Amino acid sequence: MDDRSRGMLSPYRVLDLTDEKGLLCGKLLGDLGADVIKIEVPGGDKARNNGPFFHDIPHQEYSLHWLSFNTSKRGITLNIEAKDGQAILKKLATTADVVIESYSPGYLDKLGLGYTDLIKINPKIILTSITPFGQTGPYKDYRGEDLVCWALSGKMLITGDPDRAPVRVSHLPHAWFHGSADGAAGTAMALYWRGISGRGQHVDVSMQESMEKVGIHSHLAWTLLKRDAWRGPFLKTAPSNSVTHFVWQCQDGHIVFYPFSGFAGLRASKPVIDWMDAEGMADDFIRRLDWASLDWGQTTQDTVDKIEGYFRRFFLTKTKQELFAGALEKFLLIQPVNTAKDIMDHPQLQGREYWQEVEYPVLGQQLTFPGAFLKSSATTCGISRRAPLIGEHNEEVYKGELGFTSVQLVNLKEAGII
Amino acid sequence: MEETMPSVLEGIKVVDFTWAALGPTTCDYLAVYGAEVIKIESQARPDLWRIVSPFAGDVPGIDRGGLFATANVQKYSMALNLSDKRGIEVAKKLVQRADIVVESYRAGAMARLGLAYDDLRKVKPDIIMLSTCMYGQTGPLAQLPGFGLTLTAASGISNLTGWPDRAPQPSGEYTDFVVPRFNVLALMAALDYRRRTGEGQYLDISQMEAALHFMAPVLLDYSVNGRELSRTGNRNEWAAPHGVYRCRGEDSWCAIAVTDDKAWESFCAAMGRQEMLKDPRFASLMARLDHLDELDNLIEAWTIERNAEDVMEVMQSAGVSAGVAESGRQLDSDPQLKHRHYYHEIDHPEMGRMSYSGMPIKMSETPYRITRGAPCLGEHTAYICTEILEMPGEEFAQFMNAGVFH
Repeated sequence: MDDRSRGMLSPYRVLDLTDEKGLLCGKLLGDLGADVIKIEVPGGDKARNNGPFFHDIPHQEYSLHWLSFNTSKRGITLNIEAKDGQAILKKLATTADVVIESYSPGYLDKLGLGYTDLIKINPKIILTSITPFGQTGPYKDYRGEDLVCWALSGKMLITGDPDRAPVRVSHLPHAWFHGSADGAAGTAMALYWRGISGRGQHVDVSMQESMEKVGIHSHLAWTLLKRDAWRGPFLKTAPSNSVTHFVWQCQDGHIVFYPFSGFAGLRASKPVIDWMDAEGMADDFIRRLDWASLDWGQTTQDTVDKIEGYFRRFFLTKTKQELFAGALEKFLLIQPVNTAKDIMDHPQLQGREYWQEVEYPVLGQQLTFPGAFLKSSATTCGISRRAPLIGEHNEEVYKGELGFTSVQLVNLKEAGII
Repeated sequence: MEETMPSVLEGIKVVDFTWAALGPTTCDYLAVYGAEVIKIESQARPDLWRIVSPFAGDVPGIDRGGLFATANVQKYSMALNLSDKRGIEVAKKLVQRADIVVESYRAGAMARLGLAYDDLRKVKPDIIMLSTCMYGQTGPLAQLPGFGLTLTAASGISNLTGWPDRAPQPSGEYTDFVVPRFNVLALMAALDYRRRTGEGQYLDISQMEAALHFMAPVLLDYSVNGRELSRTGNRNEWAAPHGVYRCRGEDSWCAIAVTDDKAWESFCAAMGRQEMLKDPRFASLMARLDHLDELDNLIEAWTIERNAEDVMEVMQSAGVSAGVAESGRQLDSDPQLKHRHYYHEIDHPEMGRMSYSGMPIKMSETPYRITRGAPCLGEHTAYICTEILEMPGEEFAQFMNAGVFH
């Protein structure tokens, strides 16, 4: 495990009050060396109920989702709705650099723990709020389930097939992840600014806006051309509006490949035809096709279908592995649609020693996690510690740092404060 | 008031050797939060994003690309021929006064140009340099070409997107929007690290290694439980209803996600269908999960007679999470985005008035600013050479004639 002290954010302490909407934020800051303390409600955060579970055992310490997004954090429990809990949080805030949260806008203010309250205790504190729609505005009280953030971002309408409902990307709450990652970036900006100016600030991230950038084609088509961007796993090229495809079936799955026309076609499409030819799957028509002067926008759909047919038939004769090997050898822009297995076995990730093994005594084994998201010449990045058990660091923090006695901790536990 | 507020990255200078979506978007965060970002471009090999549609007015042109505009707002553009030794020298002069260099070329390209980290450290010892390409700078596949579309498939995301009975969805250049957030986080942390220690550093970010963090639970499910997940449409294992429902009008949809019993009660009340609460098929979550098709059909029979906006409003007022699947037109008039002043209308010499997307991160002390549109290719070459680098007029003319600024 990497020594936290060589991470870029190692001087900083982060109090992590996020729920499942913002967990990734603290993890990324922790991976860069920050001392992140995850604060959970007594009994454990609700996100510990998220599957998948270790060996499908639905237990709060076995949630693989929880484990994925809470590495590099210590963990304490605290009930901030209780007056004693609020007092404890304020004590913690005196020595913290950052507080991150994803509550409904106004919730912390109601508890006397909002930004204006926190700066009375610690004038330089940075508060990062990550919410579906932001701290103010007509939608601030709207409930932003991940699916709904996708919908309101413009990206959903243009994802999927034209003859069915639009879809979100994967079943994981990616809209929340995008917002969380922006929260981490914004926190780092605020830390840098504070270092120069001596001033903290309130960082307010909207997931809807994080996702609008992902769906940029929607906005662009409208603002430039007063048109709706289309939905479909294909490209439509004006003026013929012929449709060309990105995803192709192969023997044991799918690949992504785009049959560029024009000069790009010489680079991307022709070499695949040459490969076809070498295997006796080309004929005069496709062999003689002049890719440089081909323009899908000037081609009829019938001709496009005919040409795509060659690719379709060729790919169906090969496995993902064979196509990938061919791509490596011949520098082709063919990419298998990877499964989890393909990724875990990926030579590039193995070669860069990407995976991090983390010991989990409670589970009785090591688990393999995505590792450092950056490699640096001077500093470290990566999982600095495993995800915490519920209240694992209560003693370390409450007794060791805040000076509570064992008896006081027992009382606090009995009262449901920790 | 906002005009007088400081910018986070005031005084920070960035030299931008990036192209297409991911690298430029990264540098754009820096530009709108106040850094001076000089994008190095070439007429001979224009940024791919300058030559793909959509174009303003549907008229192709190197300064009319919409994707380029949105990823390069607020930047300066310098045309520089990097195959010319003198172009490299000019680039180095820019780095000498800079704080950050960002590049997203293929691994090894900058080294071949004599612009690797070790070269640039000689002209600016505390430079912070970020290389961000698909697979990273090292490893067996570092040389493999790729772009957003392929990376989305490589990182397993495409495999999980779409319908159980259909092929995976390519999802566009999705990861091109995931990774910039990691890049910006790294650069900001590096700036703070330099402030504290005086040291720069070289950051190697593999797009795949960053993007896989969004996939972590799925990867663990495989390595721990041996389970390969596949596409689930819009459904959710532990919530029902959870989907996207057709509403009145053409291609009009509203997403609805009911995640607990209280919301289910509110949902039925909002639909005026309280009897569903007693229907044994729907009375509990487990029951609903067993009758998903029937449930979805019932709901769609209701939504299809209503405008998506009305469905959203009725549901949200009742405390149920719902949202219109917005189009570009609807985004333009979205009241929440308007409230946060998310879109910025800027005049562009070639493209005319254009609406630029803003930033999702609002900062109370250091707001972001979009005051200038994306640059035309080489628009600031003369300014940068004569005013910033203080090149003698004669030398500038000489280089110009020799094609150094092409």
